[in-house]
Amino acid sequence: MRLAPRPKPAALKSEQIILFRVGGALFAISSASVQEVKSVDSLAGAAAEIKNSGIKKVRHALERDDQTLFVVNGTMHFSLPLTPGTLVFILYETRTALLIDRIEKMTSMTHLQALPSAFSGPERLWYRGLTALDQTVVPVVSPDGFLTADELFLLDAAVAEKSALQNAAANALTPQGEPAK
Amino acid sequence: MTSASQLELPSELQQELQSVVLLRLGDRRFAIAANQISELVAPSRIFRFPHRSSNVEGVILRRGRIVPVCEVAERLLGKRILDRRFYLIALRRYASQSEWIALPVTGECELINAEITAPGEDDAPHVSGWISHDGNVIEVLNVVALTTPQPSNDEARS
Repeated sequence: MRLAPRPKPAALKSEQIILFRVGGALFAISSASVQEVKSVDSLAGAAAEIKNSGIKKVRHALERDDQTLFVVNGTMHFSLPLTPGTLVFILYETRTALLIDRIEKMTSMTHLQALPSAFSGPERLWYRGLTALDQTVVPVVSPDGFLTADELFLLDAAVAEKSALQNAAANALTPQGEPAK
Repeated sequence: MTSASQLELPSELQQELQSVVLLRLGDRRFAIAANQISELVAPSRIFRFPHRSSNVEGVILRRGRIVPVCEVAERLLGKRILDRRFYLIALRRYASQSEWIALPVTGECELINAEITAPGEDDAPHVSGWISHDGNVIEVLNVVALTTPQPSNDEARS
């Protein structure tokens, strides 16, 4: 029995993708999933720190269009060597802002192969599949795969707790009965 | 004329020769049913990306397909083998479909015909039978059991 060549798809549909690096590793994401690319420096004043959420890969949140986005450190998400992220992808229809090292290039893919079933861990959520580009295999990330519903619940709770503490501090009275500054 | 099945021969006499592929891992040999094997290919570049499937090393590109490389030496020999010469491309059945996987092997493979003896109760799940060849008794491997991730110690305790 010989391994049969992959059957050719009826019509090759090209999809624009962005190749980017996180922790030295190469990934792809559909450009249609990326709403905006921002530099880390431009977010310096807008990002609020999140502590004690239990989700180590998220340290900051952004308020945007009346919703809270969570900045996911890509190296921690993929358990890669930590590198200083320089860019953030704001992803469409998710509450994820992804911290990455750099954009490699924009290109297109004509074939996306489902992740082989041999992969049975959380990577099944992380990736839409694999694509071969220039004799290299690149995982195509799923925008929904960075934060699970449970993680979002914990992060929302941490943000709510922080907000409640800030409100309490703002409303606290001094021993003389005056509002605390 | 009476057929063999009508005679109800004892099971040991009903065994027929089956084609198996002999493979080498380190200094040991194993066998896999030939109908589960596609081809033996020379080592090609292995592509790695983040994942948490401990028995998968990465993927190779073969005839336009992306094929996962499944590490089996650790389960069979108790240690990883760095010296590998070929990938044996095998068909692995999953719940609803079959997919090709690449098994790293350290020597050339051989196609032989042999009688397969059924596994014993004490045999590991990855043993689907035994053959006798060249004076050696050789395990016939169950590819599904061999490449199913084993629960970690923590999971097993819970």
